[in-house]
Amino acid sequence: MAATQTLRVVETQARAYRRLWRGNVVTTFLNPILYLAAMGVGLGVLVDEGSGRSSLEGFDYLTFLAPGLLAASAMQTGTGDAAWPVMAGIKWQRHYEAILATPVAVRDLVAGHLLWVAVRLLMLTTIFGLVMVLFGAVGVSGAVRALIPGIATGMAFAAPMTAFSSWTEDHTGLTNVFRFGILPMFLFSGTFFPITQLPGWMQPIAYATPLWHGVELTRAWALGIDPTFSAVVHFGYLAVWIAVGWLLAIHFLGKRMIT
Amino acid sequence: MDVKPLVAARGLTKRFDEFTAVDAVDFDILPGEAFGFLGPNGAGKTSTMRMVGAVSPITAGDLTVFGLDPVSQGAEIRARLGVVPQQDNLDEEIPVDENLLIYGRYFGMSRAELWPRIEELLSFAELSERAHDKVAALSGGMKRRLTIARALINSPDLLLLDEPTTGLDPQARHLLWDRLYRLKQEGVTLIITTHFMDEAEQLCDRLVVMDNGKIVAEGSPRSLIEDYSTKEVIEVRFPVGIQESLVDRFDGLAKRVEVLPDRILLYTDDGDATMHEVHVREIEPESMLDRRSTLEDVFLRLTGRTLID
Repeated sequence: MAATQTLRVVETQARAYRRLWRGNVVTTFLNPILYLAAMGVGLGVLVDEGSGRSSLEGFDYLTFLAPGLLAASAMQTGTGDAAWPVMAGIKWQRHYEAILATPVAVRDLVAGHLLWVAVRLLMLTTIFGLVMVLFGAVGVSGAVRALIPGIATGMAFAAPMTAFSSWTEDHTGLTNVFRFGILPMFLFSGTFFPITQLPGWMQPIAYATPLWHGVELTRAWALGIDPTFSAVVHFGYLAVWIAVGWLLAIHFLGKRMIT
Repeated sequence: MDVKPLVAARGLTKRFDEFTAVDAVDFDILPGEAFGFLGPNGAGKTSTMRMVGAVSPITAGDLTVFGLDPVSQGAEIRARLGVVPQQDNLDEEIPVDENLLIYGRYFGMSRAELWPRIEELLSFAELSERAHDKVAALSGGMKRRLTIARALINSPDLLLLDEPTTGLDPQARHLLWDRLYRLKQEGVTLIITTHFMDEAEQLCDRLVVMDNGKIVAEGSPRSLIEDYSTKEVIEVRFPVGIQESLVDRFDGLAKRVEVLPDRILLYTDDGDATMHEVHVREIEPESMLDRRSTLEDVFLRLTGRTLID
C-alpha cells in the first residue's frame, strides 16, 4: 500500500514538472557549460601552466574540476528541490494539506517527494555527464560511473533539507542555509581545489561535510582512481545523512501537518 | 433509533499545550444528515473537523468515524471522506481538470474511471468551460467550487466543509449553497462549520452551537430558535451617543431586552404590540424594524456575544 501511495506522489510531481521541463533542461545544460568553460578551460590553462598538476594527482584542471562540480551541482539541486517546493507545499500553496487529507500518509509523502528529487538528480547528473564528455573532461564510461555517487551526494542534502524546510517557519531559514551552508561548502569542500590546500584547522571541517565525501567519491569513480578513504566509508557517510535526514523529515513534517 | 451514526464523539477533547481548543464534546452524526457546527472564530469548530478528518490526533475522549478509529485507521477513514478546507489548497500551477485527476490518483482511482468522473464533476461545479485553464486564473467562487468538486472525486460517504463560503460574494455563496443542497438531496452526509447563521439555517438539518470549545446547544435550526428565542425581534437604533441615556426606558417592554453597542434588541412574540408600546412610551428611535428570530439571536442568548465580532 505504502509503496503505491509513494509512487502516486512521484506521479503528481512529474505531472506538475511537465509544464516546467523545457526551461529546466536549458538551465541544467547551461550551468555546467558556463562553469566548465570559465573555470575548467579559462582558469584551467593558468593552473595547468603553473605547478598545479602535481597537487591534482596528475590530471589537468578541467578533468579534476568536472566530476567535483557534478557532485556540487547535485548538492545544489538536492538542497533547492527540498527547500522552496517543500515550503510551498506546507504554507504557500498548502497542497501538502490536500494530499494528507487523502489516504496518503506523511511517510508516503516524504518518500514520494524524495524519490522525485532522486529522479531530478538523475536528469541533472546525466546532462552534466554529457557536458563533461563534450568538453573532453572525462570519457563516456567515466561520466556513467559518476551518476551514482552524484545522485547519492544530492540525496545526502535533499533528505536533511526536507526535514529543515518542514521545521523552519519561513523562507529566511532556507536562504540562510544557502548563504551560510551551501555556498561555503561549494567553495571549500574539494570541488575547486584539493582540501589539502586548506589551512590545517579547516581540514577536519571539510572532512565532516557530506559534500567533500560526495566530491571525493564522484571524482574517484569518474577518473578511475582510489578515493581518500574506501568507497564504503564515503558512501556510508552519505547514507547516514540520507537516513537520518529522511527520518527527521517524517518527524518534522508530521509535527507540522498532523497537529 | 437503531441507525448507526457515521461519526460518534464522546468527551472529545483537543488540547494544544495549555490551550483547550475542544473541551469534552459529545455528538452523533447520522447518515444522510447535514450537520452543522455553528460558532464564532476560535470556538473549536476547525479543530473538531480536523479530528474527524483523521489529520489531527485526539487528546482525550472517544471518536469513531464510520465505526473506525481515526488514529490507527486514518487512511481507511480518509479514503471515504471528502474534505473542503477553510483555505483553498489547490495546485495553482496545473490546470483545473488535472487538479481533479491528480487528486483521484491519491485515492487509487484509475485514469479510465477518472476522466468521465471529472467531466461530470466539472459540469456539476459549472467549470466545464474552464477545464484546461490554470487554477491561478479562476475567481474565488470558482476555486471554491473546484475544491468541492475535488472533494467529491472519490464519491465520499461523508463531506467535510470548513467555512465553505467565507470570503465569497453573495452571488457566489448562493450558487455554492445550491450545489450543496443538491448533494444533500442525493443523500451525501454533510458536516459544515460556519460562523454565518444564515448558512446554518439554509443548509443544516441539525446543528450544535459551539463557544470556547464547548457545545452550548444542539437541535434543528427551528427548534433552537423556539427553545432559545422568541418568534420576533424588534431592532431599535438611535443616533450615535444617544442610546445609553435611553436604555432604562425599555425595562419590561419585551420578554427580553438585549443591549448591543449599536442597537437594542427587543425579544417578543408579538412584534406589533411591542412596537406600539415603544410609541406609547414616547421613545423616538432613528429606526425600528420587526424581524423573525434567527440563530444569531440564539447565539446571543447562549453566550451573550454576537457571532461575528
